[in-house]
Amino acid sequence: MFSSILITVVIVSSLSAGLAAILVVCQLLVANYGTCQITINGEKEISVQGGESLLAVLSAQKIFIPSACGGRGTCGLCKLKVLEGAGPLLPTEEPYLDSEERKNQVRLSCQVKVRNDLQIEIPPELFAIREYTCRCAEILDLTHDIKQFRLELHEPAAMEYIPGQYVQLRTPPYAGQKEEVYRAYSISSDPAQKNSIELIIRLVPKGICTTWCFQHLNVGDTVRFNGPFGDFHLSDTDKPILFIAGGSGMAPIKCMLHHMKNTGNPRQATYFFGANQVRELFLTDQMHEFESALPRFRFVPVVARPEEGKAWQGQTGLVTDAVRREISNAAECEAYLCGSPGMIDASIKVLQELGMNREHIYFDKFG
Amino acid sequence: MNFGSEISEAFIVCIAAIFTQNILLAYFLGLCPFLGVSREIRAAFGLGLAVIFVMTATTLLNWLAYHYVLVPLQLEFFRFILFIIIIAAFVQLTEMVIERYSPLLYQSLGVFLPLITVNCAILGASLFMVIRDYSFIVTIGYGLGSGIGWFLAIIAMAGIRQRLANDRIPRGLQGPGIALIIAGLMALAFTGFTGVLQGQ
Repeated sequence: MFSSILITVVIVSSLSAGLAAILVVCQLLVANYGTCQITINGEKEISVQGGESLLAVLSAQKIFIPSACGGRGTCGLCKLKVLEGAGPLLPTEEPYLDSEERKNQVRLSCQVKVRNDLQIEIPPELFAIREYTCRCAEILDLTHDIKQFRLELHEPAAMEYIPGQYVQLRTPPYAGQKEEVYRAYSISSDPAQKNSIELIIRLVPKGICTTWCFQHLNVGDTVRFNGPFGDFHLSDTDKPILFIAGGSGMAPIKCMLHHMKNTGNPRQATYFFGANQVRELFLTDQMHEFESALPRFRFVPVVARPEEGKAWQGQTGLVTDAVRREISNAAECEAYLCGSPGMIDASIKVLQELGMNREHIYFDKFG
Repeated sequence: MNFGSEISEAFIVCIAAIFTQNILLAYFLGLCPFLGVSREIRAAFGLGLAVIFVMTATTLLNWLAYHYVLVPLQLEFFRFILFIIIIAAFVQLTEMVIERYSPLLYQSLGVFLPLITVNCAILGASLFMVIRDYSFIVTIGYGLGSGIGWFLAIIAMAGIRQRLANDRIPRGLQGPGIALIIAGLMALAFTGFTGVLQGQ
């Protein structure tokens, strides 16, 4: 009896071991893609070990491609031009690429596996993207659900960015949250300060990152982010500017205003800032400072429903109502919008009714 | 039994496995991917092809393992474990090989391979092959026929569901509900083949 148990165990184990050995040999012989060369923009060449996704390989080389989902193929942000060596388009990529992009050989870098030499194109500004380690230096309550976080950069110690760009803040695993996630926030601080940045963050109920920022992040903690990303920035023209923002949409506009002040930009600019109630307005003193520093800048706070008993002298109603009242013809202006998708869609509609060309409306929509 | 009559038996068993003994519609094995991947014909086609290939290959491998390893050692009762390991190892190997050497094939078929590892139709075919005591050549016909039968059933289902996508279906029946009803109707239709031939 004992010997039959022993024999059976030995036979079944050796069968499994044999199959496992075949698989391992195969893994070494077949799934070994060797060293692959990736040529970036026709000039830079990197050698990498094949077998992983292009996104992972590039990120290991410290080239950061925007990706909100972490390479699961669900956000469609990590698009890159792969000119040679990517193989046929995969079913997992199809939903994210339109016919124009397919023609231009755009692929999702998280789905393309590095199996052979590749030729890819990366927009030059992505090379400037780094991972930054910093220290949370200050947390300031702006309203009941909006805070301003100041992050002192440690490694690298300084960052160059274009006013209006955003960074992807890393939320480490905490409490019930098991995986790290990245969320995008616009930089709100003065771009002249190169060794720290400020972010304006509104608490999203049950939001993974905002909950962490509001309840778990303390002054002195180490924080990591990568960036800068985004092409929301002031144009080079001298057209009058209309800024329209709401809530934490203040951030990129504030950064642009700092920049206008630093460079003595003489453009005419009007900033419509919408809030539901007077207590949701913030940084108004800072805005009035901009008004005195920039002679042709005007700040127009708009409150939808002022609290009873509070003296409110300014504009009331929706922010779009105020735009309609103040601006009669927007044909010659440019607009920069930042806020909720609803506010942006409504603003675009109103601006077009006021004669603005759709091409002159720039926006940063956050869902 | 001589070689010629074995070939003809294999042929009969193959046809029977496609129609009268369809592993999906007569035995209801492999229902989970059948319902999950039958929303459009293209995906169903890829999965169906993968099933044909894996089913044929694994029934043969399992036949060899059963008759040359388990029977001589009198370990027949170990067939469940052995069959499952062989199927898993074979699927993994195939995936590795086609990913490396045929990106095109990998694109149409490879993404479905991991789904098949746990497809009970594959294990079912190997077990039936043992119960019915098929010879090696007949097993070829049986494995191929079962695979083709499964392939036909999922293609037909995908065709119907693609057509249904534009129809108004009562809310409670949408999705899996109507799919199961259709599967039942298809099974009824396939019993119409019963009189054609009986190959067991």
